Amino acid sequence: MTLYQLKEILKAEVICGDEKLSSVEVHTAFGADLMSDVLAFARSGCLLITGLTTPQTVRTAFALDIAGILICRGKLPQPQAVEIARELGIPLLRTEYIMFETCGMLYREGLRGCICEIHAGEKSRVE
Amino acid sequence: MDLKVIQAELGLTPQCGAERLDAEVTGGYAGDLLSDVMANSAKGQVWVTRQVHQNIVAVATLKELSGIIIVQGAMPDKDTVAKAEKEVLPVLTTSLSAFEVVGRIHSLLRKA
Amino acid sequence: MSSEDEFGGSYTVRGRDFIDAGLISSQIKKLLKDRGIPEDVVRKVAVVTFEAEVNIISYAEIGTINFHVDDKAVTIEAMDKGQGIPNIDLALQEGYSTADDTIRDMGFGAGMGLPNIKKFSDEFEIISIVGKGTTLKSVIKIVGT
Repeated sequence: MTLYQLKEILKAEVICGDEKLSSVEVHTAFGADLMSDVLAFARSGCLLITGLTTPQTVRTAFALDIAGILICRGKLPQPQAVEIARELGIPLLRTEYIMFETCGMLYREGLRGCICEIHAGEKSRVE
Repeated sequence: MDLKVIQAELGLTPQCGAERLDAEVTGGYAGDLLSDVMANSAKGQVWVTRQVHQNIVAVATLKELSGIIIVQGAMPDKDTVAKAEKEVLPVLTTSLSAFEVVGRIHSLLRKA
Repeated sequence: MSSEDEFGGSYTVRGRDFIDAGLISSQIKKLLKDRGIPEDVVRKVAVVTFEAEVNIISYAEIGTINFHVDDKAVTIEAMDKGQGIPNIDLALQEGYSTADDTIRDMGFGAGMGLPNIKKFSDEFEIISIVGKGTTLKSVIKIVGT
């Protein structure tokens, strides 16, 4: 789905990256509030769903070439986070839905986890 | 829907509190920030998280959540299991990612 | 890549300076991308330097992150003056953490830092002296060159 479709489904507000909404497509997602987990398990090109609103959220997304960030639970990203997302060209959206609803609704629309299963001690593959 | 159905459908591994798997699940809450879960989760929800330390039991008990599902192959700390056992709180584990777990539970709850 | 294409950099990290955590990772990533280093290698370097930064910020007074690139590999060294790690085997276990609430509120401190660095490294070494500091080295190979 495109970020534009995602925005419509979740009644999301676009904070930056408006110009990329129709061209950026996501097929997979990773939901977490722990950035170390994102760094360990998320994959390039996925959508990051999080309630963490700090600059580190954006820098983590940049480290992994994540396609876009969706802040859930109605939270507002910190001003510095917005600034960095603009500078790095990462689309940033926010929705009022809690993470459970957000993930559930997107799953129903066909999005899947960017990693399905994780086994203890598995060496992360960066693809 | 009770926790047992979710456990069976998703192939979750009970770590403790198995005698309470008949608990009614009214919905779900996903998150790893304890203060957020404390503020926003609601009674009867099943909590999907990657946190493993013993404070998750205190939060779940206080908010009367129906159980905790620990995702992404993480295992609860020893203290967490001991505390949950005492509170008779189901703690289940899975190697599935949080997004997958939530997606599948969400579908089950909609069908119910 | 000829020997003239070897390059590197050095950055100072101040402890407890949480707001800029990840900045050095972003800067190194941009540099490596501009030099045409393969994307998967760049992502690994970005993860390793990010976690190294967070570790220094969380547990040390001050530290340095160096990186060096040649035709075979990217080598990252992170050195700090800080509290050190009493039990490295424990610190390398996923989920083991001594983090406080400030670190947890930032989305870190869940005991994945050192495991992540090790996981994304092709070679990994760590030396720590309690009360003095920690030095770690991570080598990420550039495959296919």
